[in-house]
Amino acid sequence: MDIHEYQSKEILADYGIPIAAGGLAYSPEQAAYRAIEIGGEVWVVKAQIHSGARGKAGGIKVCKTEGEVSKAAEELLGAKLITHQTGPQGKICHRLYIEAGCNIEREIYLAFVLDRANESVTVVASAEGGMEIEELAVTKPESIIKIAVEAAVGMQPFQAREIAFALGLDKTQVNQAVTTILGCYRAMRDLDATMVEINPLVVTKEGNIVAVDAKMGFDDNALFRHSNIAELRDKSQEDAREMRAADRGLSYVGLDGNIGCIINGAGLAMATMDMIMHAGGEPANFLDIGGGASPERTTKAFNLVLSDDKVECILVNIFAGINRCDWIAEGVVQAVQQIDLKVPLVVRLSGTNVEEGRKILVDSGLPIIMADTLKEAADKAVAIWKETTGK
Amino acid sequence: MAIHLDENTKVLVQGFTGQIGSFHATDMIKYGTNVVGGVTPGKGGTKHLDKPVFNTMKDAVEATGADASIIFVPPPFAADSIMEAADAGIRYCVAITDGIPSQDMIRVKRYMRRYRAEHKMLLTGPNCAGSISPGKCMMGIMPGHIYLEGNVGIVGRSGTLGYEAASQMKDVGIGVSSSIGIGGDPINGSSFRDHLAAFEEDDQTDAVVIIGEIGGPQEVDAAMWARDNMSKPVIGYVAGLTAPKGRRMGHAGAIISAVGESAAEKVEILQECGVTVVPNPSAFASVVQEVLAKVS
Repeated sequence: MDIHEYQSKEILADYGIPIAAGGLAYSPEQAAYRAIEIGGEVWVVKAQIHSGARGKAGGIKVCKTEGEVSKAAEELLGAKLITHQTGPQGKICHRLYIEAGCNIEREIYLAFVLDRANESVTVVASAEGGMEIEELAVTKPESIIKIAVEAAVGMQPFQAREIAFALGLDKTQVNQAVTTILGCYRAMRDLDATMVEINPLVVTKEGNIVAVDAKMGFDDNALFRHSNIAELRDKSQEDAREMRAADRGLSYVGLDGNIGCIINGAGLAMATMDMIMHAGGEPANFLDIGGGASPERTTKAFNLVLSDDKVECILVNIFAGINRCDWIAEGVVQAVQQIDLKVPLVVRLSGTNVEEGRKILVDSGLPIIMADTLKEAADKAVAIWKETTGK
Repeated sequence: MAIHLDENTKVLVQGFTGQIGSFHATDMIKYGTNVVGGVTPGKGGTKHLDKPVFNTMKDAVEATGADASIIFVPPPFAADSIMEAADAGIRYCVAITDGIPSQDMIRVKRYMRRYRAEHKMLLTGPNCAGSISPGKCMMGIMPGHIYLEGNVGIVGRSGTLGYEAASQMKDVGIGVSSSIGIGGDPINGSSFRDHLAAFEEDDQTDAVVIIGEIGGPQEVDAAMWARDNMSKPVIGYVAGLTAPKGRRMGHAGAIISAVGESAAEKVEILQECGVTVVPNPSAFASVVQEVLAKVS
């Protein structure tokens, strides 16, 4: 789960990370009021969307007067921002964070990630802040500092010092940096974060260290023990269809193709999508209906897939282990009857109770195209899709 | 011989009396797995499915001589159960549970380092379908009847895709020595590489199929290890050619978040390492057949 910059900063401030004065605004008036409240001469109006690279998308505006703040707020509220992380559909900005500007001397990159290769929390830092880490990894790989944290004892001050000195910080700034680094680590560990990124961490002309941007991501599997974090979820930033799927215990990812997929198991779902591509089609979605799929859940899956207007054909591929083919078949028949399905449907069943399942489908008298193998299913789905749409 | 589990393996079920534990324990017993009992704290001294229930893993191991365990404990308590199994002297553990927090798994892996290699428990999963040595022992939630006994080893991250491969092979008469699910989480108990090493030593196994997917470094690690250390042929498939970057495809670990984690990139490295790549998921049987023909 991702949260907003302002939420990340609130959390990190509690762990001793220095942040600039700032406040949240939902309207231009409120934004101008926040600027007065904060004081000073320069303010930054920041669109709160779940994405990085907001600056390039015009989501960060530096203002010198309250009037400018108000105008910037007006432009940003309700605006759709498109970054390479949001995809072409973009994300709508409903909240702004107004922050005091600071005099930037230099920018540092600092992030904490769960490193799958060495199964630990790893700190990634670079003196080349402001840029994205993927960019840095290509253009200046030598500038990247990496330190793995030993899980049994947690991060040690010497590790934070090593990073601070490697970043070339002044000795007066090293203590502030160490506090920041250790604080981020503690936040990550305490709250089951999967990622903490401060980009940039700024050294001001006055010689202070300030986290100018902050991003945190959390482990969905651990939210049960952090109800305060779970509450920070902003549903307006999530894809409506994927969210509805998650609420129904289904795992769904929308894609660009036309062949809707209903499959059990994540691996088989990806493989079936690959098979559709191999057969000359394109999948409209990833959908794992999971184990123990009841007829109700199958109906929900159909509704979900069909809520995408692009879907012109549906492929159901079930390899029943915990699931039983006869249950799935009943679910498919129920769904087709309830929904009044207008697009062609190809069903492939395999595994537990497969004969009973196929019989239910055949006996239903519904126009269901049956397939015995994965290849046959994909071939038939692509063929009937081409035939009915003329594509 | 098969690897890790066979007819002599004595299995305990952790989370034995729960609904899911009971359901799959019944299936495992029916398959012929030697289930010697189970653990549910607070229910020690009772019987369930005609097998003794214990309060702790230490009690259970002492009373039954069990050397393996399978875990159906809910996610918040599963990491604790894995460590309990390791400390009780279990040799082989299958964690079925889906949804264990990553930091819990980091702690589990760190905890396991306290044991010397010869006493260290081998963990598979979490978030896996389990392991099976067809005809001998099933520790998992798979439909046992789709596996024919034979000479091909399987290691895979996905459950149902592993079923697909095994059943395609069965249709053409190719059997499996052991099939090991390592699970779809970002941090697993063991990786492809650990099981490749076991298959290399196993006299029943003539070739190994690895079934990977997008995300993480494990497939590439395994391929490089196989190139340098294996005499037996390795066949590989990587699911997720159509998966977009940065989107989680169902499994917690199935996400392309770094260079080299996409299916296309992995396939390329697998090929460079001498792994025979299955070009699409309907070709498991035909590719395995070709490779086996060359071996014999």
